[in-house]
Amino acid sequence: MSQVEFFQQLINGLSLGAFYALIALGYTMVYGVLRFINFAHGDIFMLGAFLGYYLTPRLMPHFPGALAAVGVVVVVLLTMALCALLGILIEKLAYRPLRARPKLTVLITAIGVSLFLEFGGQFVFGADPKSFPELIEDRALGSGALTITKGQVIAFVITVLLLVALTFIVKRTKLGMAMRAVSNNATAASLMGVNIDTVISFTFGLGSALAGVAGILWSITNTTIDPLMGVQQGIKAFTAAVLGGIGNLPGAAVGGILLGVIETFVGGSSFSTYRDAIAFALLIGILLFRPAGIFGRMQVEKV
Amino acid sequence: MNYRHVKKFALLAAIILSAVVSHFSGGWNQYHLLIIITIGINIVLAVSLNLINGYTGQFSLGHAGFMAIGAYVSAYLSTEYGANFLRLFGGHAGALAIALLFLGVLILGGIAAAVAGLIVGVPSLRLKGDYLAIVTLGFGEIIRVIIQNTDAVGGARGYSGIANYTTLFWTFALAAVTIYVVVSLIDSTYGRGFLTVRDDEIAAEAVGINTTRYKVVAFVLGAFFAGIAGGLYAHINNSINPQGFDFQVSILIVTMVILGGMGSTPGVVLAAVVLTLLPEFLRWFAKSDLLDWLVRHAYQFLSPEHFAVAAAKTKELFESRMILFSILLIALMLLRPQGLFGALPRRKASR
Repeated sequence: MSQVEFFQQLINGLSLGAFYALIALGYTMVYGVLRFINFAHGDIFMLGAFLGYYLTPRLMPHFPGALAAVGVVVVVLLTMALCALLGILIEKLAYRPLRARPKLTVLITAIGVSLFLEFGGQFVFGADPKSFPELIEDRALGSGALTITKGQVIAFVITVLLLVALTFIVKRTKLGMAMRAVSNNATAASLMGVNIDTVISFTFGLGSALAGVAGILWSITNTTIDPLMGVQQGIKAFTAAVLGGIGNLPGAAVGGILLGVIETFVGGSSFSTYRDAIAFALLIGILLFRPAGIFGRMQVEKV
Repeated sequence: MNYRHVKKFALLAAIILSAVVSHFSGGWNQYHLLIIITIGINIVLAVSLNLINGYTGQFSLGHAGFMAIGAYVSAYLSTEYGANFLRLFGGHAGALAIALLFLGVLILGGIAAAVAGLIVGVPSLRLKGDYLAIVTLGFGEIIRVIIQNTDAVGGARGYSGIANYTTLFWTFALAAVTIYVVVSLIDSTYGRGFLTVRDDEIAAEAVGINTTRYKVVAFVLGAFFAGIAGGLYAHINNSINPQGFDFQVSILIVTMVILGGMGSTPGVVLAAVVLTLLPEFLRWFAKSDLLDWLVRHAYQFLSPEHFAVAAAKTKELFESRMILFSILLIALMLLRPQGLFGALPRRKASR
């Protein structure tokens, strides 16, 4: 592999990793407060892409010429809001009534919700892949040996901005503090006057909003979307979350980037047909040898 | 005649009944026969998964992977070496020779799946709950990707030209054997250990039960029968391809186990029957005059072009079994998490 090729793969890997990071954050936040894997999270990512698909042709004509950038922001914000709403709704209807039940019950429900969104999506949107409208013109920048597209740059910048915003919310705001408190010890937090229901709703909303953005960013660079796209990406993002240490926010971001880079390099090697199995192999490897991930702390199970 | 003998007689009766019914099934509608055989295969899958998910309490999402191994190994053996084997019996291979061949490849397929179950089970059964579910799901998908990359069995194009050896007799006789083995195992002194592992692992450990061993035994045995089911599936469908064993198939089997009630074999058998027939019934309903009539009256206020779309979409809804299954899963968990027949693990209220 030449040096140029190496850096090209690295760039592609970083931009792929940024998506994984955005979705992984949702998994990790929900796991942090509820200790459960929200299987339906990858499908929120899919719905984000479809919201972008339906909103773009309806909203963008209102923002001609130089206002286009404003239009993009409006589309993205609206998608985030709708995805957040949906995430909160799913938690309220499907997960909240089961909170006191065994974890397996919630897990099965989450699988049910995930399937419902996938095949309900197939029913509503149609099963055939759709080509995403040109929200941002995804052209190559520069003319050197390396190719970076505008979409890649924008996706990366937005991801970094969102990460900074998220860190601020979690570290500096009252709700963020409540989130950390619930994650640490839910019973103690509720005794200190933290409203657990609000915190959980907020967490689901925040995670779903990030997945929604990821859906749009993904569609800008990959151009075709379909109702089952969330399955693969969801599992990969989950792997990223576990890689970084589930429940750990910076870990999810690092895990996402790492997975993106590893996957791109495998995709460029002679094992390219195994590309989709890499995430699984990595996931299994981590869970077996270091379940706490890179940044997590090992915990001893107590009776 | 005590209970143990009743079980043996029931097994014998079921095998004889399968043989008798199979004998008269020659003239049946091929499509109906296929559905009936699918019911039998699903019973094998659901009852064997119930041993892992229900009785032992280890939530596995990778059953389709083991089914795939059984299907591919048995199909490969019967297609590549079947003719040589039958030649040993001279000019014309009788029914007995074919029976021997088929049973042989089914068992070899089952053994291959069991070995895979051992390889997957030993490391992953250290994990619990969500993590076990996602790791077994991962292994199932890895098995599928490996098959996709194996040219000897056709890779992604699939493997075809498989003889049609599966009959109603084989399917239901083996379903009866599966039920017999699982029920007898759970009823035995040794088998009580599976239930203890599910109900309270730490307590089980404390009274000297080797929980890891029990989990692995359940996993390997479950994988073996999934492999047998895969072999039956391959030899009725003429051709198989890796996409036929994806995540959705695992979910389907899991839904059967959950609907029937985790840890209830009669419930799971019933659920396998119901969930195989239900999509067929809905598909029939979608094409029926009754739905046509209902649609005509329900949507009469719509304009012609809207009517056409609404009518088509309504039909599509009835044909989509995955939407049905997902709603069923959610509704069951919210309203009756123990399933139709299952008993919830006995736990103190304080836990």
